[in-house]
Amino acid sequence: MPAHDVLIIGAGLAGQRAALAAAEAGATVAILSKVHPVRSHSNAAAGGINAALNPDDSWESHAFDTVKGSDYLGDQDAIEIMCREAPDEVLQLEHWGVTFHRNPAGLLGTRAFGGASAARTYYVADITGQALLHVLYEQLMRFHEKIDRYEEWFVTSLLQDDEGNCTGAIARNIRDGSLQTFDAKATILASGGAGQCFKPTTNALICTGDGIAQAYRMGAPLMDMEMIQYHPTTLAGNGILITEGARGEGAHLYNAQGERFMEKYAPNKMELASRDVVSRSEQTEINEGRGFPDGTVALDITKVPRKRTLEALREIVNIGRDFAGVDITREPIHIKPGCHYIMGGVKTDVHGATSIPGLYAAGEVACVSVHGGNRLGANSLLDTLIFGRRAGEHAAQIARSMAMPAADRSRVEDEQRSMDAIIARDKSGRRVSEIKDELGEMMNDKVAVFRDEAGLQEAHEMIKRLKEEAQVAYIDDHGTVFNQDVLGAIELGYMLDCAECIVMGAIERKESRGAQFRTDFPERNDDEWLKHIDLTANGGDTPKVSYSPVTITKWQPMERTY
Amino acid sequence: MPDYTLKIRRYSPETGESAYWEEFQVELDEHRSVLDGILQAKDRTDGSIGIRCSCRAAICGSCGVRINGRPGLACHMHLGVAQKSSKDGQTIVVEPMGNMPVLKDLIVDMDAVHWKKIRRVTPWLLPDGPPPEREYVVPMESMVDVTQTMACIQCGACVSDCLSMEVDPLFIGPAALAKAYRFVGDPRDGQQFERLKDLAEDPHGIYDCTHCFNCIEACPKGVAPMNQIMRLRRIAGSDHKIEDRNNGLRHEKAFVKNIEKNGVLAEADLLPDSYGGKFHPRAVPELIDSLPVILRALMRGKVTPKALLPHKFPDQKQIRRIYDTVHDRDERFELNLYIVGKDEDEDGDGDSRSSGNDPGTAQGSPGSSPPERSPNT
Repeated sequence: MPAHDVLIIGAGLAGQRAALAAAEAGATVAILSKVHPVRSHSNAAAGGINAALNPDDSWESHAFDTVKGSDYLGDQDAIEIMCREAPDEVLQLEHWGVTFHRNPAGLLGTRAFGGASAARTYYVADITGQALLHVLYEQLMRFHEKIDRYEEWFVTSLLQDDEGNCTGAIARNIRDGSLQTFDAKATILASGGAGQCFKPTTNALICTGDGIAQAYRMGAPLMDMEMIQYHPTTLAGNGILITEGARGEGAHLYNAQGERFMEKYAPNKMELASRDVVSRSEQTEINEGRGFPDGTVALDITKVPRKRTLEALREIVNIGRDFAGVDITREPIHIKPGCHYIMGGVKTDVHGATSIPGLYAAGEVACVSVHGGNRLGANSLLDTLIFGRRAGEHAAQIARSMAMPAADRSRVEDEQRSMDAIIARDKSGRRVSEIKDELGEMMNDKVAVFRDEAGLQEAHEMIKRLKEEAQVAYIDDHGTVFNQDVLGAIELGYMLDCAECIVMGAIERKESRGAQFRTDFPERNDDEWLKHIDLTANGGDTPKVSYSPVTITKWQPMERTY
Repeated sequence: MPDYTLKIRRYSPETGESAYWEEFQVELDEHRSVLDGILQAKDRTDGSIGIRCSCRAAICGSCGVRINGRPGLACHMHLGVAQKSSKDGQTIVVEPMGNMPVLKDLIVDMDAVHWKKIRRVTPWLLPDGPPPEREYVVPMESMVDVTQTMACIQCGACVSDCLSMEVDPLFIGPAALAKAYRFVGDPRDGQQFERLKDLAEDPHGIYDCTHCFNCIEACPKGVAPMNQIMRLRRIAGSDHKIEDRNNGLRHEKAFVKNIEKNGVLAEADLLPDSYGGKFHPRAVPELIDSLPVILRALMRGKVTPKALLPHKFPDQKQIRRIYDTVHDRDERFELNLYIVGKDEDEDGDGDSRSSGNDPGTAQGSPGSSPPERSPNT
């Protein structure tokens, strides 16, 4: 039976960074992921990583931009830590071998990004996330003697002892279907977001909220779950992302009448206002009939010199060509707001610790909260690395003074029985894929850029029905080797838990802040709602709601204009 | 919406049966991908179809397959295009990648082949000494240069169709050698010579590639692995003068000289020249050792008996001109994905794809650096 000081679930940037930090601190480490680490969704973060590394810049400026971007819902103590530690983290990555863009002097060069008052985004063409992920994986291979990798293992549940401590996880080896207990003194969830609750979404098919739901089921509170970021530039049919880097490089947005409409909504920052603002502006144009017939507006990258586009935005040149049939260096491309990121997640402190002893969370699965109501572009890579590292260090440290737990082996048998039961379901119910599609389309309809009470209540009713249907939903694959079907059924359960919390948070927050815009409560209301909404599992019932204060250090809430 | 027929190669190790073909009808817009088609079949008809997939946008590298016999990402090929390029113009044939064992349906064992080879090239940066206090100061072009190999998503498409690997399964292969260039070309790495020496001396290393271009065609990201292998050779041979025991460098030099002399390849001279000329003591035993290969090549028509006689390209002046132009250059011209010539070429080519996925035409030199737009500089 594998037993490690620190078990990390998920091998994107947060997980890999946590593994490297924990190993460096002397812990024995296992990192486990349902896909090969380099397939992780961190790949998708194209534009860059923010850090106030330039002598003219300051971490305070970065922190203020982040606080303002969060619509004052971000916890300022956590934001300060993130922004203060950002420069060293970027240098660490550079020393590990990330091929960051240089300026002519050979020093790190930057690009502009949304919501930022200085150009502080460090980047590798428009494959920054990919480059970071692959370089961290190089380091994982390098330290293979200290870090055990379990690639293509799927966590079915977390383990908890009688005192309520998290003691590891049970996982299925996707390759042969066997179940295994992983004992661990500390477990770090780094399994990413839940974008697949929406359809379409920019998120990969693997982003099914596994870790959020696993922690929730164990009793850990979720926070800010209503805060779903709609990215301003996604392709209409399939939700594929066009990086904010395009606007950072100078691309403009136009409605069908050829108006550069951001002049109306954000006269100063224009296209580089924060994402919630730009997405709402676009959706307003579309809703009021000034969009194109396919429900889109136009992103014009021809403003950027062609040579620069080919060098710095190569990936979206390919995406435009391959997924929309458009040469973005010569003509505008039609885009719309699309589900992109969940600011909320498992509530943690600044060390990544959740309220469950022995359980940590870092990256998109977690909510520290540094993003509050709206995440700034190029802050997510930073979040994964800073809090991944902090979680890894802290977990390694507490592991030093602990004995290795040993989970009750009968748990594996229970788990095996419940998996067998899914595989054995008769075909009287619905197909898993059908329920997933219905959920995604509904969420994208009722829990999107603009929300209201009636729509959210309908959404909640629907989720309750889908949850019942999911209990008896059937699958086709009865095998053990790469049975992706049975994993899909388990993921559907995770997604439905996440979706319910997203909707509950949105119903609860009766104001408009950051990504949450309630047409029935269109104003921000600091008197009543400058607080986090925490949701805790309540048996099989609707989650229990409580509140926690927003930590404010230096920056009092102000009106937010761009 | 149009209907498409997907013919998928199925295999389950659990049934004891051999692989078989199964057809699925899917209904999707022609611009949707083959992956979307497979997922629709999986969602609506048979959830047991095995395929790795995640991002749907050609960035995660999960869904490497062969479509109509050619390797690539399932998410990166439109159904309409795939149908047109199919043998009968109707049935889109999808099967697992080659050169790697199949685990189930379209899923291959990348650990057993691809990742093992990646680990072979010491795939991490090995700087000399401790890092500087701030960033390493390195030329902008060098970072852009190695970023071409950073663009690799480890999908395995190049490995799938590598002809050298087919005959020599131990060949380090296109993906891993491209990865090796990522460090060899990185000025921060302190082991350039050691890495190259290692890869040149390995009988399955850089000189095991036969320039078939399959990997360049297969790569969905424009990494052009073969180009990277050739750059490894140039740096090993020209810069470090590594004379490998496989005779790779001498063979390459003999080849260049052979063409310079004859304009076309004179096969009869090539082998002895690779070993130092017809009268070199090593040439005779090598020639005798190679006789079976030569005979086989003759029997299969790869070499005609005529080719063994002396022959020349009629217009030697043209050959001379090419050689002179190349020799007169001060520095090597290297192709690069991210440096793509000047803005002014805009009107000239009329086809943006020439600077897109086809690295063969994405020409530029390290000298033509792109303008820096950073407000910090």
